[in-house]
Amino acid sequence: MAEVLKSPAPARSAGGRSLPSRLWVLPPVVALGVFFLHPLALVVQQSFTPDEGGTSVEPYTELFASEVFHEALTTTVWIALAATAGCLLLGFLLALVIAFVPLPGGKAVSTFIDVFLSFPSFLITLALLFLYGNTGVANGLWTSATGAATGPFDFLTTPWGVVLAEITYFTPFVMRPLLAAFSQLDTAQLDVASSLGAGPLRIVRRIILPEALPALAAGGSLVLVMCLNEFGIVLFTGAKGVTTLPMLVYSKAILESDYPSACAVAVVNICLSVGLYGLYRVVSRRAGA
Amino acid sequence: MLVHSRAARWAVRILFLLLFLPLFVLPLLVIVAASLSSSWSGVLPSGPTGAHYTAAVRGDALTALTTSLITAVTASLLALAAGTWAALAASGAGRRTRRLLDALFMLPVAVPSVVVGLAVLVAFSKPPLLLNGTPSIVIVAHTVLVTAFAYQSVAAALARLDPAYEQAAAGLGARPAYVLWRVRLPLLLPSLTAAAGLCFALSMGELSATMMLYPPDWLPLPVRIFSATDRGSLFTGSAVAVVLMGTTLLVLLAVSRLRTRATFR
Repeated sequence: MAEVLKSPAPARSAGGRSLPSRLWVLPPVVALGVFFLHPLALVVQQSFTPDEGGTSVEPYTELFASEVFHEALTTTVWIALAATAGCLLLGFLLALVIAFVPLPGGKAVSTFIDVFLSFPSFLITLALLFLYGNTGVANGLWTSATGAATGPFDFLTTPWGVVLAEITYFTPFVMRPLLAAFSQLDTAQLDVASSLGAGPLRIVRRIILPEALPALAAGGSLVLVMCLNEFGIVLFTGAKGVTTLPMLVYSKAILESDYPSACAVAVVNICLSVGLYGLYRVVSRRAGA
Repeated sequence: MLVHSRAARWAVRILFLLLFLPLFVLPLLVIVAASLSSSWSGVLPSGPTGAHYTAAVRGDALTALTTSLITAVTASLLALAAGTWAALAASGAGRRTRRLLDALFMLPVAVPSVVVGLAVLVAFSKPPLLLNGTPSIVIVAHTVLVTAFAYQSVAAALARLDPAYEQAAAGLGARPAYVLWRVRLPLLLPSLTAAAGLCFALSMGELSATMMLYPPDWLPLPVRIFSATDRGSLFTGSAVAVVLMGTTLLVLLAVSRLRTRATFR
């Protein structure tokens, strides 16, 4: 349609537009190249240049042989998978209620989610320190109820503390595409199914879930990438036992000043998350989001 | 509707609030409560005090606030300019160029922020562009990180834009520059302000890349919060965090008012 409308445009502008329009693309791409692509290439180059000089794969062989790296890789992946599963489950349930069980103040809830998303992630860990820390609310409730000296909640410095914080922070990222998908769902389908005698669980399973699958896949893979890349939450947890890949990049580069190793970890991390992000783009394009 | 009986509907609502309030609302309330108290050992905080705030708006913490504001405003304006330019150029280009630009400009979202910080640190620690140790290295990293979001929102808005207006203007003999300045940009204004707000909020809370490259005399609020909590002063950290949340909210509110004015024009 646009092509049809464009064709009667004067020949002068049609002929004169094609060359400048290519030139217009250049400045932002050059800026991106100087400030992002070139630095990224330097990281890759640095990762093949050990401190002794020359070009070798030594930083990688050293890295793949090290216990710390293997632990960081597995910790990163399982924390991200667990947090994503939690976000999907929780996000689906909450979005379901917001969309299909009218709630007084439902608009306030969605405004709150927008506000919540504009805050940095590490605030959640800071808050969890007060809620589940050694002298926090949960343990305080326990000790005053049972009279015990210490409470049972001591998971904040373990990977589970990171998982809880990531579920809290990233669930809204699943809820937003879901709510958008639910708003396009024809509610007449639900009414017909329910007047034919289908119960709520059956409606959810047979009508809502198939409709929500693309949005779930898109939201889930986005959250997976963000969990793999999350740094603030892990840093604020301050646990020596929880080392993820971004944390390893930070500690190698800043604390140990070992740039070749840091760059090698960074390259592994880039491959992992860029690969997944490519998958997310494909899935979300299929989902029409 | 999914649940028909009144009792079941209330049960679902109560269950929703039991999940929603402790998970999402409580953390923010806890930070505000902690910022106003001097100790927290037990169920409720004790020793109400405003001392953390007097510390949070004075000296080092005040410097951190202005540092954050300068960084966020500069980074979001630069990102908005670059993102809008790229999105406009992409919308005028062919299909393949557009997909390539999409992939290139969204790449910073996929790359971990820590790695973006490392890359900027490695690249600008040596001539010809020696920025390490200056505030501009922080601004560069923030700009790179938020440009993707500016590009994404402007490109989405451009795709929704009704082409009839610019075609009418062009058909009446307006030159491309005039069409851009008087037709397309005014129509895009609401999305531009929304993108600016998003970039500002992201830059205000940026910690990962900043931790990699901040110079000792340019400490934004998130770094200040981290160093406070790392030292064990959780309550001072909370007060600074409330200052961060409040500033972000105020600016977002101002931007959204600007946006409603722009939509009515």
